[in-house]
Amino acid sequence: MGLIARAIEEAGVPTLSMSSARDITRSAWPARSVYLDYPLGHTAGQPNKPELNEAIMRDTLAAFESLSEPGSMAHLPYRWADTDDWKDKVFAPMESKKASDDSPEYDDDRVARYDTPQYQTDDDQTAAEHSHDGEECLVCVGIDY
Amino acid sequence: MPTNYQRLQPPVDYIPRITAQYSGLGYGEYQWLQSEDAPAWTPLSKPLSESKLGFICTGGIYSAGQTAFHFKDDTSYRAIPTDVNVEDLRATHFAYDLTDARKDINVVFPVEQLRTMVDEGVIDSLAPDAYTLMGGIYSTRRVVEELIPALVDRVLADEVDVVLLVPV
Repeated sequence: MGLIARAIEEAGVPTLSMSSARDITRSAWPARSVYLDYPLGHTAGQPNKPELNEAIMRDTLAAFESLSEPGSMAHLPYRWADTDDWKDKVFAPMESKKASDDSPEYDDDRVARYDTPQYQTDDDQTAAEHSHDGEECLVCVGIDY
Repeated sequence: MPTNYQRLQPPVDYIPRITAQYSGLGYGEYQWLQSEDAPAWTPLSKPLSESKLGFICTGGIYSAGQTAFHFKDDTSYRAIPTDVNVEDLRATHFAYDLTDARKDINVVFPVEQLRTMVDEGVIDSLAPDAYTLMGGIYSTRRVVEELIPALVDRVLADEVDVVLLVPV
């Protein structure tokens, strides 16, 4: 995403990148970024907490006007939980993981990298196939068939 | 605020951890983007409260009826109307826990809180469409040659004043 942010900024449109991976965002170095120390998969907030997520978004968008140094990052004060214990289980080193193969101790959300569309539900697949029955598909924008 | 400060930890260093995981699973060496030069900088042309905002999200989000993303260097994107019913949104991905995104898509595709920002006057309006991507693309060349030009064209055609990027 960092490359995309940099390209859009270069094309003349100001960008702001949300981030829950500080080192990845620092390495990519987009024009403006806001760091929220939440687990991956929660870049914009917590599920079913609209007021919290609105506060996060309000503070995030403020960085458009508060950051003035190219490549700078604002840190938001929100914490995922009272403790940071969730960090112990995130992508733990492989050595540790191998040692615990029999009783998985660490989160591992990897799956095989299939090269066919991966639908959340069978109904979605049916709906997508149905939308391709007509002569003109209105939802195929951006898809290279 | 937490009271047990001794339990707090610094930000997670994802680059070494994810690199090790990907290698261990036989995905090959992932080349993280390391920008050597400072980014370009475009000042805001008007106050944020008068700005039209576009947003782009990775995380494999699609709307029911659209073709889902695949998991192997998918450089396509989807246009999702920003007045979409969030019940129609889906997420599939190979690299993060989808549980919470499927409970409430706003954690990775913050469309409802952005609509609230319009209602509150924090921003003036949203672009008619948001764009979603897969991310986790191994080929930088394909991102640069295929995906970025298409997205930049889209953003310019939408005449947005600012763009928010929401990676997973």
